[in-house]
Amino acid sequence: MTNAPTPSIAVTKQEPGGALSFYGVWLIAAAALIVLPLIFSSGGSLTSFSLIGIAIIFALSYNILLGQTGLLSFGHAVQYGLGGFLAVHAMNAVASHNWPIPLPVIPLIGGIGGMAFALLVGWVMTKRAGTVFAMISLGIGELVASSSLILRSVFGGESGITTDRTSLMPLFGWTFGPQIQVYYLIAFWVMISAIAMYALTRTPLGRICNAVRDNPERVEFIGYDPHVVRYLAYMFAGFFAGIAGGLTAINFEIANSAYLGATQSGLVLFSAFIGGTAYFFGPILGAILVTYLQLGLTSVTSVWQLYFGIIFIGIVMFAPGGIAGILMKHRPLIRAGTLGTVIPSYLVAAIPTLALALGVILTIETVARFSGDAAINLLGIPFVATAPTTWAAAAVLVVGGFLVARITWRRVAEAWDRAATVARDRGYLA
Amino acid sequence: MAELIVISTLNGVLFGMLLFLLSSGLTVIFSMMGVLNFAHASFYMLGAFFGYQLTRWIGFWPALVLAPLLVGAVGMAVERYGLRNTHKHGHVAELLLTFGLAFAIEEIVSMIWGKSPVDYRVPAALDFPAFTVFSTNYPAYKIFMLVVSVVIFIALLVTLKRTRVGLIVQAALTHPSMVGHLGHNVGRVFMLVFGVGSALAGLAGVIAGPSLVTQSDMAAFLGPILFVVIVFGGLGSLPGAFIASLLIGLIQTFAVALNGSLASVFGPLDPSLGASPLTDIWNVTIAQIAPILPYLLLVLVLIFRPMGLLGTRES
Repeated sequence: MTNAPTPSIAVTKQEPGGALSFYGVWLIAAAALIVLPLIFSSGGSLTSFSLIGIAIIFALSYNILLGQTGLLSFGHAVQYGLGGFLAVHAMNAVASHNWPIPLPVIPLIGGIGGMAFALLVGWVMTKRAGTVFAMISLGIGELVASSSLILRSVFGGESGITTDRTSLMPLFGWTFGPQIQVYYLIAFWVMISAIAMYALTRTPLGRICNAVRDNPERVEFIGYDPHVVRYLAYMFAGFFAGIAGGLTAINFEIANSAYLGATQSGLVLFSAFIGGTAYFFGPILGAILVTYLQLGLTSVTSVWQLYFGIIFIGIVMFAPGGIAGILMKHRPLIRAGTLGTVIPSYLVAAIPTLALALGVILTIETVARFSGDAAINLLGIPFVATAPTTWAAAAVLVVGGFLVARITWRRVAEAWDRAATVARDRGYLA
Repeated sequence: MAELIVISTLNGVLFGMLLFLLSSGLTVIFSMMGVLNFAHASFYMLGAFFGYQLTRWIGFWPALVLAPLLVGAVGMAVERYGLRNTHKHGHVAELLLTFGLAFAIEEIVSMIWGKSPVDYRVPAALDFPAFTVFSTNYPAYKIFMLVVSVVIFIALLVTLKRTRVGLIVQAALTHPSMVGHLGHNVGRVFMLVFGVGSALAGLAGVIAGPSLVTQSDMAAFLGPILFVVIVFGGLGSLPGAFIASLLIGLIQTFAVALNGSLASVFGPLDPSLGASPLTDIWNVTIAQIAPILPYLLLVLVLIFRPMGLLGTRES
């Protein structure tokens, strides 16, 4: 399973001005994090930004496993949840003893919690990669999630454990009561964690992780133990997942057993994979998209999780590189200046694809609302779920869209091949 | 006590045979295609819901035949149009495809039939007590379930070991390219095996539906236990899957039936100790820890015997 050909991270030579553009990206990201709440200052958008920030750390930590080391985990929420629980207990302890520990340090405690658990179980778990690791991570996930309901004094049973983030020592006059202050706390940790995780990929450890992913046997030949490397990667992933969990605990002032559950593990897998695991920024895109969809779709439709599933299946089948993979595929074409020849075929293909997507949405909503609230509003056009005209429209969109889309995407592939050949002739790898 | 042992053994063997109906398909599909099918338990759930719906429309007995066939057709479509196209992206992509499918199927089922249990009843012809052990009436439907699973088990064994098709399937497990060179359509063999495996899962769903709860989370509940079974028995080993199915079926059933806890054996803890993890563990009953026992077993097996009971390879 680890031998599966996964696109590796492109190691580009440092071009002149490369350092500037490299640091520029991080500075722009930091500036964006600071400015965003000033532009969108409503309570709703602040909450969304906070959740997206946490999701970014969580998805990046997941990618240390899946993208960097090739470990497919189905139980990453365990470290996240345990980090959250430890953070809640730490906050309660700090508040009751009046220790001089400010709130911004708490996520670090969550991270240590996540790492400690990884330290404990990781050695056994990372003995083998591939399917066995996937299975045992699933098993440990279920084990911890079920145990959390038994150990009620630690995990608080179904209702969870609550805390009060304002009861800790204020820092520079900040009590972290208002959401804006919590947002900046999260933004601070997003920045720190992202830089740390990026730096990790550039260290010899990060590099040997890539090697373990691609060919563990050869890693053994050059004198490294893949087991140890996987163990270390698992601990780092647990650490950053714990930070994300600690931030969640601060954000919601509660930790409950849902944090540890399979749904949470599934969501982070979706985020990382939809964003693209081969590039560092992929999971960031995925986390933003998935969290945004999650927040946006829940108010529009009751079956939002189904849309997630469909998007995920689509990505797995047609673009296993994720969004980042799709974007980076175009880079050589942009450099060679041949992207212009592909765009017209894209625009042609977009129309039937959009029709197909609308047809699928209409079908799903028709089924979902058949027995309840039958009114559907799609792009401002009202539909009634019980009307045969709606079924006909959905069928025409799905079948017609599919047949036409198949032809147009074949044209896209042809145009793409031509453009890529030209790009290759001009000396840009495609 | 004797009553409890007899009834629990019967129920445990029954649950174990149901697990084997599922795990046999899963483990054959795994050893043939190298894909751990996350959606296998979803096929079981589809079987239960198809069975429920068809029972309402055309009665239980036709549903018993039709629903597994439908599920098998769904499985074949998944193999033909999903997995075969994803194969070029590697095993991780295939595994993730089935994971996404499991997710989507659960959502589709709860979208159509709702999140609460549906009223899937035991057919009237089988709704009577078969015999009475001590003072417990043992329902005839459970005996029927047991008979169906045993018949399928024997049929599967005979097909695999005694027929030409079984021979080709066995050969394709280990030497797919050689089988291809001999002129067999390996792709079609894969599709058929996937279809039969899904149909078996569907059948398990149809017969288990009335006895257990038919609900949209039944796949998420059974799926992880299924993985425990095939890892415990040894990935790709059919006899191993059989033993592990029975073992886990019995363990689960006995654990649920037992009500003892450390407190009931050694007496309650000193109340002055207050609430702590120790008191939680002290007071928890065996019935309460039944859901986590399979996972504990999984972890222990992976530590002490990573290839599983009868497995030959490590991953």
